[in-house]
Amino acid sequence: MTWKQVFTSSVGKKLVMAFTGIFLILFLIVHAGLNACIWANDGGEMFNKGAHFMGANVVPRILEIGLFVGLILHIVQGLMLELDNRKKRSVGYAVAYSDGSKWYSRSMGILGTLILLFLVLHLSDFWFPNRAHQNFVLGEEIDLYAKMKETFSVLWVVIVYVLGCLSLGYHLAHGFQSAFRTVGVHNRKYNLMLVSLGLGFSIVVTLAFAMMPLSFYFGWIN
Amino acid sequence: MEHYNMNLTVKVWRQKNSREKGGFQSYPVKDISSEMSFLEMIDVLNEQLIRDGEDPIAFDHDCREGICGMCSMYINGKPHGAWKANTTCQLHMRAFKDGETITVEPWRAGAFPVIKDLMVDRSAFDRIIQAGGYISVNTGNAVDGNSLPINKDKADASFAAAMCIGCGACVAACKNSSAMLFLSAKVSHLALLPQGEPERKSRVINMVAQMDKEGFGACTNTGACEATCPKEISISNIARLNQEYLVASLTSDK
Amino acid sequence: MLDAKIPSGPLDDKWTEYKGHCKLVNPANKRKLEVIIVGTGLAGASAAAALGELGYKVKAFCFQDSPRRAHSIAAQGGINAAKNYQNDGDSVFRLFYDTIKGGDYRAREANVHRLAEVSTNIIDQCVAQGVPFAREYGGLLSNRSFGGTQVQRTFYAAGQTGQQLLIGAYQALERQIALGNVQMFARHEMLEIVKIDGKARGIIARNLVNGELERHFGHAVLLCTGGYGNVYYLSTNAMGSNTTATWKAHRKGAAFANPCFTQIHPTCIPVSGDHQSKLTLMSESLRNDGRIWVPKKKDDQRKAIDIPEEERDYYLERRYPAFGNLVPRDVASRAAKERCDEGYGVGTSKQAVYLDFADAIVRYGKIEAGKEGNSSKSMEEIIVLGKEVVKEKYGNLFDMYKKITGENPYEFPMRIYPAVHYTMGGLWVNYELQTTIPGLYALGEANFSDHGANRLGASALMQGLADGYFVIPYTLGNTLADEIYNKAIETSHPAFEEAEKEVADRINTLMNIKGTQTVESFHKRLGKIIWDKCGMARNKEGLLQAIQEIQALKKEFWSDVRIPGSINEMNPELDKANRVADFIELGELMCVDALNRNESCGGHFREEFQTEDGEALRDDANFMYVAAWESKSAHEWNLIKEPLVYDVVKPSQRSYK
Repeated sequence: MTWKQVFTSSVGKKLVMAFTGIFLILFLIVHAGLNACIWANDGGEMFNKGAHFMGANVVPRILEIGLFVGLILHIVQGLMLELDNRKKRSVGYAVAYSDGSKWYSRSMGILGTLILLFLVLHLSDFWFPNRAHQNFVLGEEIDLYAKMKETFSVLWVVIVYVLGCLSLGYHLAHGFQSAFRTVGVHNRKYNLMLVSLGLGFSIVVTLAFAMMPLSFYFGWIN
Repeated sequence: MEHYNMNLTVKVWRQKNSREKGGFQSYPVKDISSEMSFLEMIDVLNEQLIRDGEDPIAFDHDCREGICGMCSMYINGKPHGAWKANTTCQLHMRAFKDGETITVEPWRAGAFPVIKDLMVDRSAFDRIIQAGGYISVNTGNAVDGNSLPINKDKADASFAAAMCIGCGACVAACKNSSAMLFLSAKVSHLALLPQGEPERKSRVINMVAQMDKEGFGACTNTGACEATCPKEISISNIARLNQEYLVASLTSDK
Repeated sequence: MLDAKIPSGPLDDKWTEYKGHCKLVNPANKRKLEVIIVGTGLAGASAAAALGELGYKVKAFCFQDSPRRAHSIAAQGGINAAKNYQNDGDSVFRLFYDTIKGGDYRAREANVHRLAEVSTNIIDQCVAQGVPFAREYGGLLSNRSFGGTQVQRTFYAAGQTGQQLLIGAYQALERQIALGNVQMFARHEMLEIVKIDGKARGIIARNLVNGELERHFGHAVLLCTGGYGNVYYLSTNAMGSNTTATWKAHRKGAAFANPCFTQIHPTCIPVSGDHQSKLTLMSESLRNDGRIWVPKKKDDQRKAIDIPEEERDYYLERRYPAFGNLVPRDVASRAAKERCDEGYGVGTSKQAVYLDFADAIVRYGKIEAGKEGNSSKSMEEIIVLGKEVVKEKYGNLFDMYKKITGENPYEFPMRIYPAVHYTMGGLWVNYELQTTIPGLYALGEANFSDHGANRLGASALMQGLADGYFVIPYTLGNTLADEIYNKAIETSHPAFEEAEKEVADRINTLMNIKGTQTVESFHKRLGKIIWDKCGMARNKEGLLQAIQEIQALKKEFWSDVRIPGSINEMNPELDKANRVADFIELGELMCVDALNRNESCGGHFREEFQTEDGEALRDDANFMYVAAWESKSAHEWNLIKEPLVYDVVKPSQRSYK
C-alpha cells in the first residue's frame, strides 16, 4: 500500500490527526512549563531567560518550524475531515442522539476552530511582534514578560484568553485519549489509564494557561 | 409485572421511495398494552392504516428476537430506542408512558439510502465483508478442530466481536456516519484468531478502503456507536483496527 | 413407488462408496454449469459457498436484505458432532443411533448415517473459517449436552451458535461473491419453478424493492428455504420464514413428505396476549441446569418461591428418571401440555410451567465457594457466586427473557410453554437430496430426510451445514455430469414466459380482490385452526373439521383479502399475501397427512393412539413409511409411500425412562 493510499484513507487521516495531536500535546507541556516561570516572582527574569533560549537558539528555532508544520497539518486535516464527515449524512435527524457521547467529543471541529481563532490573536500578541523584532532571524528579542504584563492588563483580552484555554481544555479532554486510541492502544488497562491521564492533563494544562493572564490581571505576581 | 394500556402518538418518517422526498406524519394509536413489543405496536398501527385505506409503514424486521439485525428504527433520538444493549424488536412498550409522542426515523447515512419509509439499503455492509471479512479456506481443507488450541481469553474476545449483528445502529448513531465499529468488529473477530493470521494485513487494508469507497465517514472516537450497539461491541475494537492498520501499512512492501 | 437411490452395501460404507463412484464434472465444464440457490441460511449459504469454490456459476437468492439475516441465525444452543472429544463414549454410530431413535424411527437410515459421518468435518470446517466456538482454558473446544443423548457432543458459541455458524457460512459466501463465482440477489423472493422437459431449469423471482418479476436460468435449482412453522402464525420462526418456494415446487410436481411432522419446542416464552406476533425460544441448553416443575396442587395461587419443595412436582424427573429434564423435545412438550391441561399450569394464562434455576445457582455457588477454599460462606454469598456462573453460561438468554416479560429470571423461575419451532416434514428427497422433479434439490429444513418424526436439539444446524458443505457438492455433480452438453437456456424460452405469466396473473388477482380483511388477520385465523387441531395433539374429528375450515378460509381469503399499495413498488403486504396464500394450502395438506397417519410418533401425537401412561403409540406394522404427497388438484393429493427399512437399528418403543 502506497503512502498516498495510507494518508488518503479515513484511518490514515485519523493517524495524521493523532500523531500531530500527540506532538502538539508534547509542545503544550514545554510551553506550559516554560511559561510557569512567571510565577518565580522574580520580575520575569527566569521567564525571559527561558524565552530567550527558545527564541534565540538555533535548535529550538528549527524545532519551531516542525511545530508549525505539525500545527498546520493538524488544522488543515482536521478541518477537511470535519467538512468531509459532515457530508456523510445527507438528511439529518429530527431528534438528535446526544446520550451516547460527550458534547465536546462531538464538537472537536468547533473547539478546534475556536482554538485557531484564539491562536491568531495569541500569535499576533506575542510571537509575531517578537519574531518581527528579530527580523525573523536570530536577532534581539523583546521583553516578553513586560509584553505579557501589558497585554493582560486589558479585561477583554484576559476573558478571550481564558475562553481560549477552556476550548483547549475540552479539545484535549477528548483529543488526548482519542489520539492514543487512534494510534492503536486498545488494551483496557491502558485505555482506562489514558482516559484519566487525559482528563487530568486537560485540567492541569487549562488551569496553568488560564492562570497566566489572570495572575497578571489581578496582580498576583510582581 | 404490572401491565397497563396506553394511547400514543407515533410521529413517523414516510417516504415513498428512494427518489422522492419524505416527511413526518403523525398517527394516533389506542389501547397499546405495555406487554407488546415496539414492532407489535407498529403492527397494530399498520393494521389500522390498511383498514383506513392508507399505505402501511414499511419497515425491516425478521427474527424479532434480537439476532438477525434486520430491524432498524431510530426511536426518540436513539437507534433501537432507549433501552441499553437492545434491538428495536426487543424494545417493549413498557418503555413508554401513556400520552407520549414517539418519533420514529430511519437510519440516516449517505451510505444507507432510504428504500421506503423506515427501510434502508445496508448492502454496503455486505460489500465491506466481501473486501476481506473472511478467512480464505475452501470447504474440505480443514484440519481437526482441536489441532490448534486457542487461548480462551482470545477466543472469548474474538467471540465478543463476532457477536455483531450487522444492524447498522453504529452508523446511525455516529455523527460522522462511520462504519468503524462494524468494520472493527469483523477485523477483531478474525485478527484475534490464529486462523485469521495469514490474511491479517490485506484484510484490514482492503476493508478500510471499501468502507471509504462506500461513503461512510471517518471515526472520531466519540463512543456513540458503542453506547447504542445492541450487542455492546466495544470501541476497543476500533483501536485494535487502528493498530492493525498502522502495522499493515507501515510494513507493506510497496 | 419412490426410489430413494440409496447405495447398496453396508451402512457404514454407503457414503464412502457413493463418493468413490459418483460422476464428476471437470473444472472447465463446471464454469459452464449454472446453479440457482434459493435461501441463504446455513444450508443455502454453505451450498452456495461450496459450489462457488468448486467453480460452478451460482446465483443465490434471499428475501432478506442480506444473506446474513437468514433465520438459522437465531439457533441458540449448539451443533452436534460425533467428535468424542469428551471421551464419554460417543461415536458416529451413537450419533446416528440417537438421531434415528430421537426421530421415533421415521427417518431414513442411510441419510442419517451420512449426517453423523460428516458431522465431524463440519466442526473442523467451521473452526478453520474462524467460528469462535466456546473453548476450555487449555484452548480446546468445549462441549455441552442436549436432549435425547447421554453424551456431551454439542459444540456451541454461548447462546448464539446459529449466528456464529451462519456468519461463517455467510463470510464464505461473500468471499465467493467477491471472487465472482456467486451472484447474489438479496430482497428477492422466488415465486415459481420453471420446468422444461420435466426438469427444473430456473425460477421466477420477484424483486421486492421494485416489484419486478425476473427470470433466472439454472441447470439445477436448490431450495434451501427452511421450514414452514409459520403456518401456525405464532412460532419461533422469523416473520418472513415461509413455505412459498417449497410449496410452488410441490404444486409443480415435487412430492411433499410427512407435512404433519412438526416440532413443538418445550421451552418458549408463553403467549402474553392477542397482539403477539411471534414466540421466542429459550434454548434447550437451559434444560442442562434448569428444573421443570408445576405445583402439586391444582390452581395454586401462590408465588413460585413461596411453594415449598415438597409441594412441587418435577414431573419430567418423576416420569423419566433416566433422562430427567433432558428428554427429547416432543416428550417434554407433551408432558407440559398434559400438566397444563390437567389444571396445574402457572401464570395468568395457566398455560405455562416453571423452569427453575434455583438449585443450579446454589450448586454452582457451592462449587465456586469450594474453589476459593472457603467453607464458611453464607447462603446469600453462595447464591451471589452461583448467579455469576449462571450468568456466564446463559446470560444472554436471561436478559432476553427479562426484556420480553419484565421479570427477573435470576430471582423467579422462568415461565415457559411449548411453541412451534421446526418442521421435520418437507420436500421429499432421495439420497442425493433431489426432489421428485429432476434437477430440483432441497437442502436443510426444507427437505424431510434426516429427523424422522422428531428432531433432536442441535441437529438442525448439523443437517443444514452437512447438506450444504459436504453432501450437495458430490450429489449435484453426479447429476450435472450429464448436463455438460446442455447449454444455458435463454430465458425467452416459452416455459419462462408461461411461468412468469402465471406469477403475474396470480399477483394481479390478489391485488384486485380489494376486500375488507387484512392478510395478517387471515394468517392469525389459519394459525389458530392449525394450532388447535393439528398442533401438539391431534384427533380424527378435529382434523376433519380443520380441513373444512381451511378450505372455507381459502375461499374467503381469495375473495375478501385487502392488499394496499401497488405491484411495482416495495409492498410488504403483497409479499405477505403471497406467502399466506401458500400457507393456507399447505395447512390443508398437513391435516390430510395427520389424518392419514393413524399412529402417534415423535411430534405427531394422535390422541386415539397412546399407551396407558400417555406415551406415543407407534404402529410400525402399518406406518413405517414416509408419506410423500403428490399434488393432484387444489384439494386432492396422491399418497406415495416410501417404506422405511431398518437394516441396522431395531425399532423399539422409545423409552427415556
